[in-house]
Amino acid sequence: MRFKVLVVDDEDDFLQTLVNRLRVRNVDVKGVDSGEKALQALERDQVDVVILDVKMPGMDGVDVLGEMKRKWPLIEVIMLTGHASIESGIEGMRLGAFDYIMKPADIDDLMDKMRRAHEKKLNHEEKIRQAEIHKWNPPN
Amino acid sequence: MENKPYRKLRWKIVATILSFSLIPLFILGFTIYSQFRVSYTAKIVEDLRALTNNTKNAIDLFLEDRIAQLTTLAYIHSFEKITQDGYLDQVFGVVKTQFRFFIDFGVIDDEGNHVAYSGPHKQLKGINYGNELWFSEVMGLSVFVSDVFLGFRKIPHFIISVARREGNRTWVLRATIDTEAFVRMVRAAWVGRGGDAYLINGVNLLQTTPRRGGRFLEQPAGPDLSAAVATSVEEIQYNGKTNLYAATMLAKKKWVLVVKEDPREAISPLFLARITGIFIFIFGVLVIVAGAVFVSLRMTERLSQVDREKAILDAGLIESSKMAALGKLAAGVAHEINNPLAVIKEKAGWMKDLLVDEEFQGKPIYEEFEESINRIDYHVERARKVIHRLLGFARRVAPVQEMVDVNQIVDETIDFLENEARFRNIDIQVNYDEKLPGIYSDSGQLQQVFLNIINNAIDSMEKVGGEINVETKFHPKEKEVTVSFADNGPGIPEELLPRIFEPFFTTKEQGSGTGLGLSISYGIIRKLGGRIVAASGKGMGATFKIYLPLKQ
Repeated sequence: MRFKVLVVDDEDDFLQTLVNRLRVRNVDVKGVDSGEKALQALERDQVDVVILDVKMPGMDGVDVLGEMKRKWPLIEVIMLTGHASIESGIEGMRLGAFDYIMKPADIDDLMDKMRRAHEKKLNHEEKIRQAEIHKWNPPN
Repeated sequence: MENKPYRKLRWKIVATILSFSLIPLFILGFTIYSQFRVSYTAKIVEDLRALTNNTKNAIDLFLEDRIAQLTTLAYIHSFEKITQDGYLDQVFGVVKTQFRFFIDFGVIDDEGNHVAYSGPHKQLKGINYGNELWFSEVMGLSVFVSDVFLGFRKIPHFIISVARREGNRTWVLRATIDTEAFVRMVRAAWVGRGGDAYLINGVNLLQTTPRRGGRFLEQPAGPDLSAAVATSVEEIQYNGKTNLYAATMLAKKKWVLVVKEDPREAISPLFLARITGIFIFIFGVLVIVAGAVFVSLRMTERLSQVDREKAILDAGLIESSKMAALGKLAAGVAHEINNPLAVIKEKAGWMKDLLVDEEFQGKPIYEEFEESINRIDYHVERARKVIHRLLGFARRVAPVQEMVDVNQIVDETIDFLENEARFRNIDIQVNYDEKLPGIYSDSGQLQQVFLNIINNAIDSMEKVGGEINVETKFHPKEKEVTVSFADNGPGIPEELLPRIFEPFFTTKEQGSGTGLGLSISYGIIRKLGGRIVAASGKGMGATFKIYLPLKQ
């Protein structure tokens, strides 16, 4: 099943290549190079999974995550961390990120984590839907 | 080397203590002694003077008594009476019972004729003394005391004569007296063993026999003091000997009483005091010197200990700040390299993705590309591992308490040194206890210690090559984990073994080792609650064993 992904990274070479590679793998992917642009993109389009670099100039990955989770709590986020910023990745998970992955990342690993994040999101939405049905059609 | 300033300081302290305590001690001792000496010497002189005066007075009194006795005899008898046959014998008999030293009596008329005699020498009667010097003297002065002379019987004696004026004639009563009578008085002034006392006449001839030196009627073996008048006490050197001499002239006769005293004998209590004082002084000096040396030793020992502790602390601080700086650098470098690495990996991955395109399939170039991309992947992975290690090292710089896997730390440490070891033909063998539990410790500090020990082992076998065996083991009973490092290098001579953990102790050449590595390691292991022991001998290789508790 196709799902929508947003990649956020300030390193343009990395961003473009990753976007290309995900597209080849049949992922509906978009890339932006800053946290601000990411938030704007989320305002426009519906996205399932965000791949978010922790260390960026301007808005830092953890700040962007906080903002996203506040506005779109259902979107799942995978943090991209370097070795030096592993603590930020852990903090991101504490703030509600689905997982983290260390750079340089293995593409299959990343694909796997994205799929599971998407599944989780679907599950979550399903549960919400069930709950709503329940609300309108209470038992007895 | 580093002991020199302490030795210098030690001697400075000793010198200061000695000068501050010995100078007052010396001044005090010297002052007391000299005061004592002055007053004691004065007392000796005074004693001698008093003795001399007493003796002189006694002799004078004796002479005066005799003169008075004779004068009385002369004046209670008329010339006729006393010259009656046998009468003088009667008088002499009575008088001799009172004073036995009278030898004889005689009566001389104004012509000098010996008209009456009582005594043992009857032949003296009838002799004329008219021309004798003493006769004219007694006729003029009415009293005459002769010098001492030896008579017929060779007994020293002297003569006292008194003249009586009776009407218009003058006659003389003469008595011979054994000098024994006053010799006793003189002898009473022989003080101690070396003292002496004697009488001399106006021309320095002995009138009594001295205790030693000089014979009767000869010159005494001593200085010529015949000119003395009033009592004088002097220290006089005679024949190389210094003695105290007191001299005084008698009142009744121109004789000089000389009293000699041996100053060494007189001053002997003073000598005793001096010797006692010197002994006390020497003892005091020894005690002070011992005390000063002891105190300065303790002080410098303490000081050097403090300095050494400070040096270790400083070295530890420098080491840790060095490590912290290194850690920051490593983290920075790792991060900067990590991003390009990520891009390279993605690019290689993208190229690989593109190769899937049918266009390339089956062509020989396809395999070349695929191989190259795989190699790129492989080397990116290698670089990633290096960075991972570097970051691991950087993260461990801050001291922490965490669960650590000792095997892993040893592994990483060996990773660091493997190239260096291989380059020097040294083989590092590991033997891990697979059941080794994690322990609470500080991985960074442990790594520093392991690094240190392995480095030392590599250095020791630098030229010859060899083998290092690293073994980890779990001791469940003791709740301990041990790590041992054994090399087969030249080993540490047994006599140096107890000193290897001392700071600044090094067997490496000057300048190539600080001598702090093992002492820092020792400090770290102690801080982590463990202990480190070394076993070695010359030519036996060296084994370092580290014991680490599961929990501190």
